Amino acid sequence: MKKRPLLVALCYLILGILAGPRADAQATPRIQFEKYQLPNGLEVILHEDHSTPIIAVDTWYHVGSGDEQVGRTGFAHLFEHIMFMGSQHVPVGTFDQLLESAGANNNGSTTEDRTNYYEVLPSNALALALWLDADRMGFLLPTMDLAKVDLQRDVVKNERRQRVDNVPYGRADEIILAALYPKTHPYSWPVIGSMSDLSAASLTDVQNFFKTYYAPNNATLTIAGDFDPATVKKLVAQYFGSIPRGPEVKRRLTVPNVTIPRDTFLVLEDKVQLPRVFYTWHSVKGFSKDDAALDILAQIIANDKNSRLYKKLVYDLQIAQNVGAFQDGSRLDGKFQIDITPKPGQKVADIDRIVQTEIANVINTGVAPRELQRAQNLYKASFLNRLASVLGKAEVLNSYNYFIGNPDYVQQDAARYERVTAADVQRVAKTYLGRPKIVLTVVPEGKKDMMLTASGGGR
Amino acid sequence: MKVIGTTSALSALALLAVQSIASAQGTFDRSKPPELGPPPRVSLPPILTRQLPNGLRLMIVEQHELPLADFVLLVGSGGTVDPAGKTGVANLTSSMLREGTTSRKSLDIADQIAFLGINLSPTSSWESSTLSLHTPTAQLDSALALFADVALHPSFPANEFERIRKTRLTELLQLRDQGPAIANIAFPAIIYGSAHPYGLPLIGTEASVKSLTTADLQSYYQTNFRPNNATLIVVGDVSPAQVEQKINALFGNWQRGDVPQLNYNEPPKSGTTTIYLIDKPGAAQSSFRIGSVGVPRSTGDYFALTVMNTILGGSFSSRLNQNLREVRGYTYGAGSRFDMRRAAGPFTASAEIVSAKTDSALLEFMKELNGIRQAVPPSELSRAKRYLQLQLPGNFETTQQIAAALVPVALYGLPLDYFNNYVQNIEGVTQADVARVAQQYINPGSLAIVIVGDRKTIEQGLKAVNIGPIAIRDISGQLIQ
Repeated sequence: MKKRPLLVALCYLILGILAGPRADAQATPRIQFEKYQLPNGLEVILHEDHSTPIIAVDTWYHVGSGDEQVGRTGFAHLFEHIMFMGSQHVPVGTFDQLLESAGANNNGSTTEDRTNYYEVLPSNALALALWLDADRMGFLLPTMDLAKVDLQRDVVKNERRQRVDNVPYGRADEIILAALYPKTHPYSWPVIGSMSDLSAASLTDVQNFFKTYYAPNNATLTIAGDFDPATVKKLVAQYFGSIPRGPEVKRRLTVPNVTIPRDTFLVLEDKVQLPRVFYTWHSVKGFSKDDAALDILAQIIANDKNSRLYKKLVYDLQIAQNVGAFQDGSRLDGKFQIDITPKPGQKVADIDRIVQTEIANVINTGVAPRELQRAQNLYKASFLNRLASVLGKAEVLNSYNYFIGNPDYVQQDAARYERVTAADVQRVAKTYLGRPKIVLTVVPEGKKDMMLTASGGGR
Repeated sequence: MKVIGTTSALSALALLAVQSIASAQGTFDRSKPPELGPPPRVSLPPILTRQLPNGLRLMIVEQHELPLADFVLLVGSGGTVDPAGKTGVANLTSSMLREGTTSRKSLDIADQIAFLGINLSPTSSWESSTLSLHTPTAQLDSALALFADVALHPSFPANEFERIRKTRLTELLQLRDQGPAIANIAFPAIIYGSAHPYGLPLIGTEASVKSLTTADLQSYYQTNFRPNNATLIVVGDVSPAQVEQKINALFGNWQRGDVPQLNYNEPPKSGTTTIYLIDKPGAAQSSFRIGSVGVPRSTGDYFALTVMNTILGGSFSSRLNQNLREVRGYTYGAGSRFDMRRAAGPFTASAEIVSAKTDSALLEFMKELNGIRQAVPPSELSRAKRYLQLQLPGNFETTQQIAAALVPVALYGLPLDYFNNYVQNIEGVTQADVARVAQQYINPGSLAIVIVGDRKTIEQGLKAVNIGPIAIRDISGQLIQ
């Protein structure tokens, strides 16, 4: 973020003296950037910010778990791990050592839709990050071997244990995805994958995946922070320019139709003290017409002490320990979920009756202006917070570039939430929460009779 | 208001600039890492300090990048002053701050927080309690008024406390589901015992939480929430003069009080290395917490310990993570830390280990805890020092980061130029210093090895590696009767 121009600063000062609120001090600022493409297809986005002498280098590869084949689930994420194991000019083990010696923080992550790799480092060390990222983009395979794959396979299996198998309710997500989406749908399996598929991944799979997806023409390199653009462009051309373009990447543009003919009730036994109920509806993809209204609906239903379900179940009646709700809009599809954990001794069927009543209330009588305003104000503030760091801004630019095709979208994104009306919230509640849903009850081992069923159940 | 002092801008990394290799304009060669120019000169932001007549200290840092501000009210008391049998008082007092004031009800406070688009969150730790506000400056006046009301006029309503108590008791029940959480409570209970406050869980126990009353919370609040026991940290897009005025108006009438000095029992002497095994039937991983009583924040060995621990388990390339994750694949991550407090806090090495490799992982942990006592290679020492020094500017990027960095300065009375001298202090650590503090503070012969896992899968293997006797404990770390 550039410093605010002096004129604007003076205006603020005058308003301050008059003790009035700053008229639009909370408006989402635009992020200045420059976008260009190398001849090999690599997209480059630059954003200057000299406020701290650091730089974020954030590479998005346009591939995620949604591009995996059945039988090889978890592969995109396993591959992400392998990207830190060295490349032709970077001996195994030295990738992180070199970055730490330069004072960098670095990591990567994988979702259904994309994989990112980032370094945040002092501005003098930019060339090191570019050299490392170029080497793994252009020269990963010459030193790739089964030992690297096997090692990270074990690490990823432990990641799965730590995030899923050894966590209460941790397996709920994969049960829900498998029930919500048809088998051929790219979101029907979890990003982390299954243990058996992780075991099956071969060196050939690694080589093929790299050749298919890890080419400059399937990536965007965003650099945000304290640099001189002319120097950076030279460095980027030097390190990335000679990496050959890969074959054209053909990615899925549509997904199989999701039809849930009637409510589906599932149960999962787990090592838990208390049951938890998950309601999941098929909804819409990210940035589509009703996506923002569904985000606001989730806030109004469950994400605040005054929200409908929290106030009723947790605050007033005190029969639930906690509630949550979210709209998850991804590149190709989306879902809306509510989860509730009853207090000890409370029946999920009793809670379910209240959930149904509260949803019906939103559908039938809508939401109050204050409820809408609270949710919108929280979103408004969240946009400012996302721009506080150079990594945050690099992620914002990459995200809009990938999902919208235009990095310059933060103000339009913020405006999506400001435009949502009470009527929109009521309409999306009716449209999407009126649909048949997947209802999973996670119950303590041996307590299947606690599950919620069509006829109530849930003792 | 009187001026205590102000520090000036500085160039923390000037030292390194001299030492670094000059930028090379040579030809492009992909086979070697690029030579880097000197690290940037960094001006860490000046800290302005003030004190109100009632004793409240202010630390103000201007940061005008975005229209945001962070306020942290830091009270210098926490769980260590919980009365005997009433562990959890400090923590529940913090939890109750947003549950009602003399003029606002719980739901009104929540409504305001959401309406203003702010974060207002209380926390409490061993020797401190904080109330943090993160706000767009467009809402500054309303947000500050709410912040001050919650901090100064909590009313501890009985009905809200009963709700919070029920929620806490349910949380304590749900802890049984989580091996790592069990290990985090059992490990300090074992090394400190129940006579030392660091051995007791901050969130309380089922018995203590059931026994507490709002009078206990009121008493704790009245004794400890005093301006002469507090610092207000302000970071963001504010004018110091205006923000001082606002704080004076809101906090000026806060009354001083006598805050008792903290007294700690000596922690028990550590015995010979013992494995404390806590059964978590069917656990997919074993939660390791290995360590002993460490050092207080006031230790003269702070910088040597920081460098030594960075090498042992403080970064991704540290020995523990490198061995247990990147060579053996036994875990998703391993590490170690010295938790330094007013008195000696724990040293802990930890990881979540796949059950089948529990015994093998213990051998590797012991190998590294022994190995760090030998001289470390110069290249490893240098890497750790550069990592700590060069990361510094990145820790002062956002208003929230700067406010967090100032908390230990206020809490432990560190000098205001602490960060100015950080790079030099790290630079001064030698190979001999690292070996000395490793030998002094990491004693493989007297460690508590707490492992929460599936006993029937892991016990035989743990016996066979012959590291120490095995004692079976319950989920609170106590002897099983």
